[in-house]
Amino acid sequence: MSDAAAAHDHGHDDHHGAPAGWRRWVYSTNHKDIGTLYLVAAMVAVLIGGVFSFMIRLELQSPGLQYIEDLQFYNVLVTAHGFVMVFFFVMPALIGGFGNWFIPLMIGAPDMAFPRMNNISFWLLVVGLLLLLTSALVAGGAGTGWTVYPPLSNATFHSGAAVDFAILSLHVAGASSILGAINFITTIMNMRAPGMTYHRMPLFIWAMLVTAFLLLLALPVLAGALTMLLTDRNFGTTFFEASGGGDPIFWQHLFWFFGHPEVYIMIVPAFGVISHVVSTFSKKPVFGYLGMAYAMAAIGFIGFIVWAHHMFTVGFNVETRAYFVLATMVIAVPTGVKIFSWLATMWGGSIEFRTPMLYAMGFIFLFVVGGVTGITLANAGVDIAFHDTYFVIAHFHYVLSIAAAFGILSGFFYWFPKMCGKMYNESLGKIQFWLMFIGVNILFFPQHFSGMAGMPRRIPDYPEAYAGWNFVSSIGAYISFAASLLFFYIVIQTLRSGEKAPANPWGEGATTLEWQVPSPAPFHTHDQTPDMRPQPAE
Amino acid sequence: MVAVFAVGLFSSAGAMAQQPHPWQMNFQKAATPVMEEIIWFHNWLLVIEIAIVILVLALMLYIAIKFNAKANPVPSKTTHNAPLEVIWTVVPIIILVVIAVPSMKLLFFMDKAQDPEMTLKVIGNQWFWSYEYPDHGNFTFDANLTQKEDLPDDKKSLYLLEVDNHVVLPADTSIRLLFTANDVLHNWAIPSFGVKMDTVPGRINEAWIEVSSKHMGTYYGQCSELCGVNHGYMPIAVDIVSKAEFAAWVEKAKEEFARVDEPAVDVARIGARGTTAGR
Repeated sequence: MSDAAAAHDHGHDDHHGAPAGWRRWVYSTNHKDIGTLYLVAAMVAVLIGGVFSFMIRLELQSPGLQYIEDLQFYNVLVTAHGFVMVFFFVMPALIGGFGNWFIPLMIGAPDMAFPRMNNISFWLLVVGLLLLLTSALVAGGAGTGWTVYPPLSNATFHSGAAVDFAILSLHVAGASSILGAINFITTIMNMRAPGMTYHRMPLFIWAMLVTAFLLLLALPVLAGALTMLLTDRNFGTTFFEASGGGDPIFWQHLFWFFGHPEVYIMIVPAFGVISHVVSTFSKKPVFGYLGMAYAMAAIGFIGFIVWAHHMFTVGFNVETRAYFVLATMVIAVPTGVKIFSWLATMWGGSIEFRTPMLYAMGFIFLFVVGGVTGITLANAGVDIAFHDTYFVIAHFHYVLSIAAAFGILSGFFYWFPKMCGKMYNESLGKIQFWLMFIGVNILFFPQHFSGMAGMPRRIPDYPEAYAGWNFVSSIGAYISFAASLLFFYIVIQTLRSGEKAPANPWGEGATTLEWQVPSPAPFHTHDQTPDMRPQPAE
Repeated sequence: MVAVFAVGLFSSAGAMAQQPHPWQMNFQKAATPVMEEIIWFHNWLLVIEIAIVILVLALMLYIAIKFNAKANPVPSKTTHNAPLEVIWTVVPIIILVVIAVPSMKLLFFMDKAQDPEMTLKVIGNQWFWSYEYPDHGNFTFDANLTQKEDLPDDKKSLYLLEVDNHVVLPADTSIRLLFTANDVLHNWAIPSFGVKMDTVPGRINEAWIEVSSKHMGTYYGQCSELCGVNHGYMPIAVDIVSKAEFAAWVEKAKEEFARVDEPAVDVARIGARGTTAGR
């Protein structure tokens, strides 16, 4: 079927030039243009979400209410920050952006299997973002946290349309991701170049395949839960209402059954990126390729059976908690395989510390830091001391704000020359890395201390004792924000006056197919399917 | 307000009080056996975790020095080493087993009170806590945030921790805590007790504490589940006093506070109450 789609696409587009003007973007069915659209959308979203976090840190810089008098608005900021960063920054950048750009390039396909579905997938995302921003502006906004726990999110406690808008936003964004996932799975399964067996696919392709399956299986569960919440709010059902025989905890099960795979949806693509960057700049093939691929598959699978470790304080019986502790800790094993395999890839290499490599090494180290606090939190016993404190904030920002974002930045600097045909300024890139690295650590490391001392999450004001580390944290936030602005400057400067990039700016280490097409990658690539069958010399 | 003064009388000089302090980097002091176990287990976890982080950092530094392009111009082509891969799969499994055993012991230890001598019921509301003493005349009272201007000058640092009516509980007593809520989810947490439990409309959760008379004093905590606009403004304060002081306080409290009208430990009732009030 997809062969037919590919053939159709080929016949349709190949013999006339690229459409110009706004039609090129709005009607686009070209995987590179859609990937670019996703990246632009992610950059817009990260600015919005970044401003939200900036406002949060500004308010928390010292005790008392400085700038935000309306406490519902504070909760709306917290909620919108989470939604925007998860659904409209990390996912679009890693999956929609890099996935669309590089899956066809890396597997030797001319485009995605369903180019028109690709188009609707992107535009649904834009609609989702607009709905989410609308949600923040109507009826006092949704101050529920990104977890949207009822009863707080039901019609009694959030009576306006804000939560309904947020629900619709997630529905639409979810549909966008499901369509994207179907497209990715079909493309990867059917359109690989001859000779590129599953065990010879680049690791980024493995990562995207695992991610697409996670999306396909997790998002319908979220959609079901959101629909139930919507009918609870508007049509008098009581799925999550104790008074009608429902249960608020039922929501948490459904939400986290989606929510835990969601965190791997955000990090597994970054795993893929990091493998390529590490291998390229070490000038060595990836160490333990099969272990790396199946570690991602294992992480994806285990990710579906550990959801209740987000719910250790809801009052489960002790046996349930024991199971979720043990299942959760198992994830450390495939994760360890990945970390050590990356180190082994570098071992014996001839490493060039270009900006993407710095980000990759930053990713590895800080992912380990966030990973070990994850081990702490997995133990339901000690989790009692940490649940819903700033320690949790520190933990998940280390693995998401730092690791996933470092994965994005690493991939961006790595592939930017391929995407735009120009080289960024290496010195500026390195300065940007160090500024960001220092900023995020000053921002998030002290939050471990606040959390241990007992500071709860999601509060606009705190007892005086927590002032010190919060001040440090806010300083870190301003440094990170400056680093983000420097990133945007680098992007603009590169686009305006960057030097022309060769097809392969990274040398012998860059072996995947995308480096064999010119930079910038032309509108149509792989018109002739590359032959990836093993050569006698290999 | 009367209760605040009553509490003031009972807190003897030199009693331990636990609240966060500036630049704190570690847990608040343990007052219950559960929290002692949590701290012990966490310290032990931390050793393992720091060792892992240092190992990775050291390897990365070594790699950066030894295998940079200048020091090592010709990269090796090694891509496999089966024994090494087995080691870094098996060793983490062993470490996890070593972690899991005490983790399970802690989990089962903290679960439920053995032969509790009394029960305290905790009910979350937007945005205050209600407490009931079913074994001591079944009186009930609410605890609301003390505003900053109402705190004495030397106690301003207790803002967002201090409430008008402290919970008073006896030392050396195994106490069962039952939790529910009237409206949305809340979470009753006191760091020093190692207690953090969601209060859920329509459900009853359970935890336990037993504070030794060595640790008598005032303990503070905050609501730990987002519960709406004033989530940050419903703190928790508990006085642990001697059994005699507790008995005296109960007599005063029975006069001062209203009785819960229905029979005492009727679990079904709390459930029904929580649910009907939720709507």
